[in-house]
Amino acid sequence: MFVKEGIIASPGIAIAKAFVYEKSVVEVNQNKVNDAQRELERFHCALKESHKQIETIRLKAVSEFGDEEGAIFEAHAMVLEDPEFTDGVEAEINDNHLSADYAVKIVTDRFCAIFDQMDDPYFSARALDIKDVGMRVLQNILGIVQADLSRLDEDVIIIADDLTPSDTAQMDKKRVKGFVTNIGSRTSHTAIIARSLEIPAVLGLYDITKTVKTGDIVVVDGLEGKVTVNPNAEQTENFKIEKKKYQEYRKELEELKDFEAITLDGHKVELVGNIGETNDIDGVIKNGGVGIGLFRTEFLYMNSDTMPGEEKQLAAYRSALEAFPNGPVIIRTLDIGGDKKLPYLSMDDEANPFLGLRAIRLCFKEVELFKIQLRAILRASVYGNAYIMFPMISSITEVRQAKAILSECMKELDEVNIPYDKKIKIGVMIEIPSAAIAADIIAKEVDFFSIGTNDLCQYTLAVDRMNQDVAYLYDPFNPAILRLVRLVTNVSNNQTNCFTGMCGEMAGDPMAAILLLGLGLDEFSMSAFSIPKIKKIIRSVRYEDAKAIAQTALNLETGEEVTNYILAEMKKLEIDI
Amino acid sequence: MIKKEVTVLNVTGLHARPASMFVQTAGKFKSKIFVIKEGNSINAKSIMGIMAGGIAQGTTIEIQAEGEDETEAVDALIQLINDKFGE
Repeated sequence: MFVKEGIIASPGIAIAKAFVYEKSVVEVNQNKVNDAQRELERFHCALKESHKQIETIRLKAVSEFGDEEGAIFEAHAMVLEDPEFTDGVEAEINDNHLSADYAVKIVTDRFCAIFDQMDDPYFSARALDIKDVGMRVLQNILGIVQADLSRLDEDVIIIADDLTPSDTAQMDKKRVKGFVTNIGSRTSHTAIIARSLEIPAVLGLYDITKTVKTGDIVVVDGLEGKVTVNPNAEQTENFKIEKKKYQEYRKELEELKDFEAITLDGHKVELVGNIGETNDIDGVIKNGGVGIGLFRTEFLYMNSDTMPGEEKQLAAYRSALEAFPNGPVIIRTLDIGGDKKLPYLSMDDEANPFLGLRAIRLCFKEVELFKIQLRAILRASVYGNAYIMFPMISSITEVRQAKAILSECMKELDEVNIPYDKKIKIGVMIEIPSAAIAADIIAKEVDFFSIGTNDLCQYTLAVDRMNQDVAYLYDPFNPAILRLVRLVTNVSNNQTNCFTGMCGEMAGDPMAAILLLGLGLDEFSMSAFSIPKIKKIIRSVRYEDAKAIAQTALNLETGEEVTNYILAEMKKLEIDI
Repeated sequence: MIKKEVTVLNVTGLHARPASMFVQTAGKFKSKIFVIKEGNSINAKSIMGIMAGGIAQGTTIEIQAEGEDETEAVDALIQLINDKFGE
């Protein structure tokens, strides 16, 4: 028995036999070959076979994972047809008397090296495509049959170095209960597929393929990030209990899906989801979110090779709006700069990017870019309840400037008789301390506030939380932050036509739920999977108690005192985190 | 054979989507088509060649075509570049 720790990439617990998926070692013939004709034939046969395989996998990928996954294999087919690739291999065979296998390897390596050298994630992805295709052709030339994940006769945990789209597309999803890999992160392909299949995954264990053998019993604990190999009887029993508990917990949360987020004494709040792309909408609905509290539109820009046009944006916003006919969809305008850059928009390096040309400031400089987005949001507004939210607002002047540009866009649409919601709600992110302090002034121009705790914390406490040496100062429970939240909710609570939401990580933190409720927050926006947990807490507390807890917390001295106090109060109320 | 010079205007250059549009357009013609950049000749029907060519915004390239539809081929590719790939 032994235990290894890795990165949690997908939650849950699974117990099954290990299936160690290792790529066959491919050895090529490096000797000179004289019968070029025969080598060319071997190459062309393999090309044909590869074509067939890629098309089969593409269709499977589209039907099981959607168009985006399918597009990976369209790119593979393009590499296969590429004259530089085919001509290159033929030249090596004809001119240098190489074997077909060696020629394919050399040409593949050559192109991979070129793309790898380019310091650009787009090109690194192309290098992976080429490597994947090259390996396929090579295996077809040599008649190597890859270990087959499509025909599994019992439930397994896949143990692999890493899983490529080719691997996951052909996998037998009913039999695969979990993933464990040597390399990978929360954002790697394996992680994304695990979450979409809702199976646990623990990644980045360096040499797990060397230490586990096919047939070993493996427990993947995607809650603790641990992999236990060949557990003893007692451990196995414990894992089974943990697994059952987790399933019951998920079930209990699922049952809450259609209930309102309402306190025991009848105070209602709104729980909504944060999304980055339209793929995330389903998760919000599944978890009982009643709308979108933050549509991070920058992903539309970052996931694209070129500037997304008005039509493309319109389609994305429209699908979010149509998914929530009764709920709000708050669309935040482009929040780029700081640590987020776009490949196709040149931005100068700045000494202080987080104090520099970010978000709304960048949009004021690139007005045309801003207007494309505003027009797309306006046009989408006829399909549901659209709200526009401006990020990085530091004063009322910027709100007025942004609204003036929005009015220009409205006029342009009026001129060509394109309909839009003329009373579209307008709000701002509260993430700069000045905006929180002057919330009463800003309220004159807006319908809502949404507090972004991550940046608000960073700017208020002057701490870069990515910097290991100072990250300990980053604490959203610091009374200074709570007081800023209070300043904002005080403004909206005293007006009938204004509400305050929160879309930072704090909104989805079970520890913070009662506190925020008591501070008078009207709307909590978070990652979809946090919604049921927060709903459960809100439904088990009285608003009057929450208010009293918040009042006490505001007068404590440190963040630590606040968290200890909340923990004690939750224990008293018998609420689990 | 037909040759014409053109300067790449779109922001990303012949990268990603523009590169694949360029290669797909070239693929519609029967002629042999090459892109000449700083003396290097790149097959215009090769996505890997075009992308690896590192043709950025502001680069001047020559497009050469030889074959029955050489005029149409060069015109179509020049137009694509001048239209900034519809950006």
